[in-house]
Amino acid sequence: MNSLLRRLLSQPWVWSYLGALLVWLAAIVFTHGYGAGGMISAGLALAVFSVITGVAQMFVITLGPGNVDLSLPANIGLASAVAMKVMGGSDSLIALGLGAALVSGIGIGVGNYLLIWLLRIPPIIATLSASFIIQSIGISYGRGLQIKPPPGFAEFTTVQLAGVPLLAIGTVVLTLGFAVLLHRTIYGRSVLAIGQNPRAAWLAGIAVERTRCFTYLLSGALGGICGALLAGYFRGSSLDIGDEYLLASIALVVIGGTSVSGGKANVTGLWGAGLFLVLLLTMLNTFGVSAGIRYVVTGLVIIGVIVAAGGEKAR
Amino acid sequence: MTSLAGASTLRAVVAEVNTPRRILRAILPALSLALVVAGIAWFNPRAISYFGINLMLNLGIPVVLATIAQMFVITVNELDLSIGNFVSFVGCVAAIWLRENPVLGVVILIGCIGLYALMGAVIYLRNVPSIVVTLGMLFVWQGLAVLVLPRPGGKAPAWLHDIMNLRTPYVPFPIVAAVVIAAVVHFGIMQSSYGAILRGSGGNPNAIGRAGWSLLRTKVVMFLLAGIFGVLSGLSLIGLTTSADANIGKGYTLLSIAGVILGGGEFVGGRVSPIGAVIGALTLTLAGTLLNFMRISPDWQVGAEGAILIIVLAARALINRAGPGVLSHK
Amino acid sequence: MDEHSANIVDLTHIEKTFGAVRALAGVDLMVSRGECVGLVGHNGAGKSTLMNILAGTLAADAGEISIGGKPQKHYSVAQAHKLGVRCVFQELSLCPNLTVAENARVLHPSIAGWGWRKQAGRLIREKLDAIFPDHGISTDSMVGDLPIGKRQMIEVARAFTVTKESVRLVILDEPTSSLDSHRAGQLLAHVRRAITDGGACVLISHLLGEILEYTDRIVVMRDGKVVAADRAAAFSRDRLVTTMGATAAGRTGRADAGTVARGSTPVRVRAQPVRQSDGFELVAHQGEIVGLAGLAGHGQTDLLLTIFKAAARRTAGVKISDPVALIAGDRQSDGIFPLWSIAENIGIRSIKNLRRGRLISPDLETRFAESWRDKIKILTPDLRNNILSLSGGNQQKALFARALGSEARIVLMDDPMRGVDIGTKLEVYELIRSEARAGRTFLWYTTEMEELQNCDHVYVFRNGRIVADLRRDELSEEKVIQSSFEEAIHS
Repeated sequence: MNSLLRRLLSQPWVWSYLGALLVWLAAIVFTHGYGAGGMISAGLALAVFSVITGVAQMFVITLGPGNVDLSLPANIGLASAVAMKVMGGSDSLIALGLGAALVSGIGIGVGNYLLIWLLRIPPIIATLSASFIIQSIGISYGRGLQIKPPPGFAEFTTVQLAGVPLLAIGTVVLTLGFAVLLHRTIYGRSVLAIGQNPRAAWLAGIAVERTRCFTYLLSGALGGICGALLAGYFRGSSLDIGDEYLLASIALVVIGGTSVSGGKANVTGLWGAGLFLVLLLTMLNTFGVSAGIRYVVTGLVIIGVIVAAGGEKAR
Repeated sequence: MTSLAGASTLRAVVAEVNTPRRILRAILPALSLALVVAGIAWFNPRAISYFGINLMLNLGIPVVLATIAQMFVITVNELDLSIGNFVSFVGCVAAIWLRENPVLGVVILIGCIGLYALMGAVIYLRNVPSIVVTLGMLFVWQGLAVLVLPRPGGKAPAWLHDIMNLRTPYVPFPIVAAVVIAAVVHFGIMQSSYGAILRGSGGNPNAIGRAGWSLLRTKVVMFLLAGIFGVLSGLSLIGLTTSADANIGKGYTLLSIAGVILGGGEFVGGRVSPIGAVIGALTLTLAGTLLNFMRISPDWQVGAEGAILIIVLAARALINRAGPGVLSHK
Repeated sequence: MDEHSANIVDLTHIEKTFGAVRALAGVDLMVSRGECVGLVGHNGAGKSTLMNILAGTLAADAGEISIGGKPQKHYSVAQAHKLGVRCVFQELSLCPNLTVAENARVLHPSIAGWGWRKQAGRLIREKLDAIFPDHGISTDSMVGDLPIGKRQMIEVARAFTVTKESVRLVILDEPTSSLDSHRAGQLLAHVRRAITDGGACVLISHLLGEILEYTDRIVVMRDGKVVAADRAAAFSRDRLVTTMGATAAGRTGRADAGTVARGSTPVRVRAQPVRQSDGFELVAHQGEIVGLAGLAGHGQTDLLLTIFKAAARRTAGVKISDPVALIAGDRQSDGIFPLWSIAENIGIRSIKNLRRGRLISPDLETRFAESWRDKIKILTPDLRNNILSLSGGNQQKALFARALGSEARIVLMDDPMRGVDIGTKLEVYELIRSEARAGRTFLWYTTEMEELQNCDHVYVFRNGRIVADLRRDELSEEKVIQSSFEEAIHS
């Protein structure tokens, strides 16, 4: 029993769940237990979006130093607009709209990868410049209009089964799938190998470029889906709907126990980290602090976690 | 970074005939600036005058300063994603306190620079990625800016306004300022003997450490310099706009990174060029004007910045790839 | 400071542990003036750790360091520099983004103020001229643009430069690994000159010939301890090898004759170096071990990489008939995955066959690794341990297992025995020969004559071209050297 506990505590993701629990307890102590359950179900619903972007960012970051997808917010914003416009408020077009968001996301993934591959530039700058362009496309495509989602789609993103959001259940299943993809498939192994040493991976016969390409497509696709779901959940698309998910996705990866220097990833931790961050904001809201303080606290928590975790590779 | 040095063992024997390629790369920033200026002259010849240049380049000064700040950070293989929000915060402090309570204002700004130095120390000592730390700081600066100045407003101190609207004889002030900044930074980092150590700590940190230099010190110095230039950027921005808002410098993060790269800097390995970075920042500033002259919708302004960055990187990739190919045909 | 003290360095009972590994278990070492000490031992014997402690880059857990007769309490890199202790590390310690002159300045804090660049340039140029005449290096060139051999020359020359503090001791850790024999000879001759001027030197090398020929005294280390120390003249190659504790002592004899005659088996590889203009090409038949010889960095690695690339994509000038695997010489940068277990490291090249359905089976992976552990004798209690828990030689064995366990019928080896102890080498030579007998084709780039003697056929490279094609019975060290240098003599 004791050794089981020790093994559990040595897992990098445990701390994120402990943090989430702590924040939740602090919040319900403040409210004298009022709304404890609601907080969790609202937390689960909101965490879904960070977790989806977190999975995307995790695969990208695991590819190694310099790999990060900075185009996620722009991608989400554009996809939300595309999905809502294609659905046009009609329930019968939901599938088509989702498909359009997915295509938009994958297209962005292709664009990102082409920039990285053709120009041989660090992914961080490729996705950054891509995000400029995507923003402009989004502005001229969406014209700042907020289009409402079809009622069926809005319903789907918020419906609960016994107090648990359907979307959260679906995302848990999805993340399980991604855990298998990461640890038990050739693709996942390739990502982990490239993250440790791309040159050694190439010389060991791994299809480095194909793996990299697929990873950026995956990230783009997940961003696209996330954009459509967000538009449904918040009852309308907007270009800045994804803004907070850049920091959130990276924070989830870091807090969830994935190595930022690449080669080591952890899917389980994403949920703990997602809940932690969402509940932290909920807690600050129940305390009634201003937006400025919320920003500062969020920033400090992320810095605190990364500094406490420290870098794995000794200098 | 260590893997970079190690990989060289298997790498092809590098031909020593790299010089033409390096020269081509070095003139690329100047070439793109000339191209943009030529474009402006073509669409609006009257813009190329003392007054016109003053108008077009005024807002280039804060961009130049922010770009130099980013360059210091990039030299030591880090990236500052918070510089834009930092500039905003400095702007807010300048517009609120520097006028009414200068002592408090100065203390806060010095504190900010200290925080930058601390950030460098933390990144080094805990061996954490700067992207994550500065992303966290982005939120901190943004939160602080909102707390200081919830609504746009404030007023720049008169002396700041006067400095930024200086009328220099013959050559417009922004050009004079840019030349001075480029010269000072070039001397400090490219010509001084400690500058070689600072750049070296980006090229091969282990080598610098083994020669007995403190890597903590090089990292802290570079972040300290970044903080100083970030403050200067915020001050000059407020001197021009006279009032502030919490998001006033938000776009500077992207502009500064783009400026460094446009100017011939590399993301890793300590290869940077202060003169190039200044030129890159000016090019980006003028590109906005050119797009206006070309009647391109403001919707596409951001996109155009991204496109410029991509085009320059593409040109550089072409030069890099053409090099060895040309040689092997000989 | 007592300049006349006979001993420059006195290390007593130095201990150092890394986690559970005891790297140094109470080592004594002394170096006196005018002496060149050869330090030999297997990988993991503790040589590099000891030298890092002497250079101040690592702190000892226990023991005393005394330099020039003065005990050092707080010994650090800066202190070592002040006392004139310099170290050329195994990995290159130059900044690629700085010029040659700027790199010289890095070592000399006293070069500052106006004209520092000129001063630093002059300092390094003079030293380069003295050690490597006709080096052809400009002090204004960016180090990153220079080939690795020149970089090593700069690094070595830099270690001998003097400004304020005189250089008392230079530690050279595998200084000739990227130099050809001509430059290596110049360097070692300079070492002899430098110590007659009152300096001292510690030379670490796996090339026992260098050690025997150029050092005055030899210290042999094993398992973190000094096991022998004597005058160089008292050692022979065989005695060195036995003292180091090789599993099989003695020089490898020539591989047994009676391998298949050339041409009786199908051709597996045909490759032409890019710069080859005379139509000469490298040919390797099934079951052959083909050596790529010549001075370091003359296109051997390039050709191996071209062949490796050709396996994935059709490439002009290269024809191969079977899958290819490559064994890298630089384990850390080209071989191992440091976060993975030994089993994962071995299995990655064959991962396609270690699946049940679409998913990788950890069970199959472990069994695969186990079979190779037994076959190639990787010393480890558990294959699930991290790869870094293995000693250097055993890590290299894991890389051999990775390649030999794969479906590849053609195995490319890029100087894979670099820095590997002699015991492991002998085991691996035997393994390569038996795999070749079983029909595998090996292309083996090596700079060591001893290894070429395992080859059926040797191609000598010069300036990116094949200049000689030697059958096994024609092979001799003189011929290889002659072909490697021919052009330099004639032109």
